[in-house]
Amino acid sequence: MKTRWFVVAGVLVAILLAGVVSIYASGSPDGLTKVSEDQGFADTEKSRDALLGDYGSVTGVVGVLVVLAVAGGVTYAVRRRGSD
Amino acid sequence: MHVPDGFLDAPTSTATAVVAIGCVGVALVGARKELDDKTAPMAGLVAAFIFAVQMLNFPVGAGTSGHLMGGALAAVLVGPFTGVLCVSVVLLVQCLLFADGGITALGTNILLMGVATVVVGWLVFKLLQTTMPKRLALVPAQAGIAAFASVPAAALLFVGLYAVGGAADISMDTLLTAMLGVHVLIGIGEGVITFLAIGAVVAVRPDLVYGARRVLARRELEIRSEVTA
Repeated sequence: MKTRWFVVAGVLVAILLAGVVSIYASGSPDGLTKVSEDQGFADTEKSRDALLGDYGSVTGVVGVLVVLAVAGGVTYAVRRRGSD
Repeated sequence: MHVPDGFLDAPTSTATAVVAIGCVGVALVGARKELDDKTAPMAGLVAAFIFAVQMLNFPVGAGTSGHLMGGALAAVLVGPFTGVLCVSVVLLVQCLLFADGGITALGTNILLMGVATVVVGWLVFKLLQTTMPKRLALVPAQAGIAAFASVPAAALLFVGLYAVGGAADISMDTLLTAMLGVHVLIGIGEGVITFLAIGAVVAVRPDLVYGARRVLARRELEIRSEVTA
């Protein structure tokens, strides 16, 4: 498989995971959140509104594409260029 | 494990931010050695994949869930320096667009999930690779074990930071026990996901796995020596 097609296939898998499989993700609090509730320091959290709202199928796919662009851009910029 | 604003006090958050900036700076310099025209596209994919899999919370015991952190996975796939960059970008986007992890806690989260899991994951992976037979088939399992170890390590670092600058006056012993207990379980999920993901790439394009390059080069050398003999 050519590298180009491998990357395209990988991005499609990521989009599928964020857009579809994420529907079946557990809604329970994660490890740190649960510990903060049990240990009585959850109320020290200062929450704020999210620019994109909660994680959902659409916002998840948007997130995947933004991360792809930013991380791809940064690593493309710092890579070794040319002959090797 | 995304730390929100308010869990750690301002001096601690400032200190972690400074250290995190330093680590990302080192990673930017070090990544140049790891990245070339062939591997650079992989880094974008790895970051996007980690972002997607971090959405997939899996249950760990009653009323608790966990998700992939991805540091060990990134380190084995694209190299440790590039791995720090990948997870840091994921955390930055989660923080800015999804309010997942606090703004003042971004440095803390980069240290916990972007640096600690990468460093511990990579060191354990290299240790296993050095001590075990040099075989490509072992790479996914070695990566899985390294990923497993990286999660309690990050939990341990959080407890350390909380001991220094936690907002609430709570027992450090019970915090340590609770954090390690749940993150050992989450670590099992991290190990399984990392094993499967690395296994899939090794099966299709082993040359794209940074951590497999040494065993691949060795294998090619063996083939050549057989031909000339």
